[in-house]
Amino acid sequence: MTTVVALPVIVPLLAGAVSLALWQSRMAQRVIGVIGTLALMWVSVDLLLATWREGILVMHMGGWQAPFGIVLVSDMLGAIMVVLTAIIGLPVAIYSLSGVSARHEHFGYYPLMHLLLAGVNGAFLTGDIFNLYVWFEVMLVASFALLILGGERAQMEGAIKYVTLNLLSSVLLLSGIGLLYGLTGTLNMADLAVKLRDVEDPGIITVIAMLFMVSFGIKAAAFPFFFWLPASYHTPLVAVSALFAGLLTKVGVYALFRAFSLIFDQDVGYTHTLLLWMAGLTMLTGVLGAAAQFEMRRILSFHIISQIGYMILGLALFTPLAIVGGVFYIMHHIIVKANLFLVSGVVHRLKGTHELKQLGGLYRTHPWLGVLFMVPALSLAGMPPLSGFFAKFILIRAGVEVQSWWIVGVALLVGLLTLYSMIKIWAEVFWKAQPENTDVKAVAAPVQGGGLWLMVVPIAGLALLTLFIGLYGQPIYLLAERAAMEMLDPSLYIEAVLGGQGS
Amino acid sequence: MSTMHSLILRTAGNFLLPLLLLFSIFLLLRGHDEPGGGFIGGLVAASAIVLNLFAMEIKSAKAVLWVDPRHVLGIGMTLAIVSAIPGAFFGQPFFTAQWFTFDVPALGELKVGTVLMFDIGVYLVVIGAVLTIMLSLAEAED
Repeated sequence: MTTVVALPVIVPLLAGAVSLALWQSRMAQRVIGVIGTLALMWVSVDLLLATWREGILVMHMGGWQAPFGIVLVSDMLGAIMVVLTAIIGLPVAIYSLSGVSARHEHFGYYPLMHLLLAGVNGAFLTGDIFNLYVWFEVMLVASFALLILGGERAQMEGAIKYVTLNLLSSVLLLSGIGLLYGLTGTLNMADLAVKLRDVEDPGIITVIAMLFMVSFGIKAAAFPFFFWLPASYHTPLVAVSALFAGLLTKVGVYALFRAFSLIFDQDVGYTHTLLLWMAGLTMLTGVLGAAAQFEMRRILSFHIISQIGYMILGLALFTPLAIVGGVFYIMHHIIVKANLFLVSGVVHRLKGTHELKQLGGLYRTHPWLGVLFMVPALSLAGMPPLSGFFAKFILIRAGVEVQSWWIVGVALLVGLLTLYSMIKIWAEVFWKAQPENTDVKAVAAPVQGGGLWLMVVPIAGLALLTLFIGLYGQPIYLLAERAAMEMLDPSLYIEAVLGGQGS
Repeated sequence: MSTMHSLILRTAGNFLLPLLLLFSIFLLLRGHDEPGGGFIGGLVAASAIVLNLFAMEIKSAKAVLWVDPRHVLGIGMTLAIVSAIPGAFFGQPFFTAQWFTFDVPALGELKVGTVLMFDIGVYLVVIGAVLTIMLSLAEAED
């Protein structure tokens, strides 16, 4: 039954609504936070298994058939992304039990978190391009509120840049959708893909494709539209940062993958070459930006950007292996990045600051935290046997196969520089002695004990997952391979949606 | 806010409140086939309440509202989402409208559907959201 397709959207929406209705009870919200994300995990894995067994699943909302009604489509790519959302949602919910203060909970942290998850999942599953825009907005509204939760000055400053750039992106997306609708008279993605083949003037399609590329590029924080990200990601609560770092930009990347494999594959020579340049420059600027930073979360924010470059690289090369690499990279990156932000939260909890200059000596006092940091950090840099190694390996192999030497060079160089950044954090935060005359106390009183394990358990879980993907990557590779196969053959998607297998 | 002690506004508000609320419910119910519906009905109801709030001070206004608007928002949202689910039990996609027909003795046939439940949910969400915003603004001003 195709009910399973809608559940990853319905479950967090319902959890959010119920926790909003019970907003007075802190306890109820916290319980629903964990149960809701646990249920989300359950239905997401169920969806992935069903999609693996039965191929692309389609649900026509309200019984209105495509292309007239809105469809939810779960192909391999969508299902993988939904599972990743759940993989981030659950640890963040557990982490929040200890990492989010009562004051922030009172402002509505949990309902917003559920709403964000629902928006992200909706964007991953919808098969209608206007509906995609709607889910983007659901996600953005929730993220705006989460970003300024607490209302500090730095948060407002970051939020203004974030909101402005994202609204611009939404306007561009909406214009693009309007033009597409004017051209073809349909909003259904599968139907669009069919109708665009018959459009007489391919030039106009490329123009519209550019609108989409810029819009999704802003959301994905790709070069040259990335500057909202480092301006805002270090300001909110750590749990919120982790959620954003893991999911939000990846929705933009997903949208790029979807649009430029299904809808805009007419002029691959032009669009995907542009994407290739975008990927290379994104990688470079991100990693160079990180080298100049000395605040833990800012470094990590810049690394999100450089990693986005790798994912777009997979799409840009547009060979089967490269797309496998891109999808694999997304899977690896979401887990690792969210984990690094969670670690930075524990550091802040113990020391009261994120400034590298004021930190130090953590390895002496908390060696386990050092190990938990090293796993995702080295994975990010691409050291074997962790998940990042295989992700990078597949991509670089794909680059070598099409003999695109300069991009291979950039990818390798950025890997090295990533390693440099991670080692910098390691040396400054964990290895060097605690600096003598710091005004750490003035920054914020460090908190000890009290529920620290609630913050460590999710980190350890995600680290184990990273290790697992690294040591036993075959099933993950198979998933990515299936996703790539479906993306390179859009007729599968089109047939599933329009083929009249009415549900 | 405290400067707006207008006798006229207060007296008129007292008269208008029940009328507007009745009108909003009328809009809500007729919305299925004709102009109206949960959103518009909710806006009318919210503006009726806001009109009365303007006539009072923020403290007494809060006392008049016997539920917190945020609860209304949450309950409305839950209703709207739950209304999507019955379809799934009958083997149909989410949001497929389900209709149940009752025979009411004096009135004849009564059709009740999940669509109405969805509309009531939207109605409550709109009231809750508008009032939450208005109350926060009024509090910020004080």
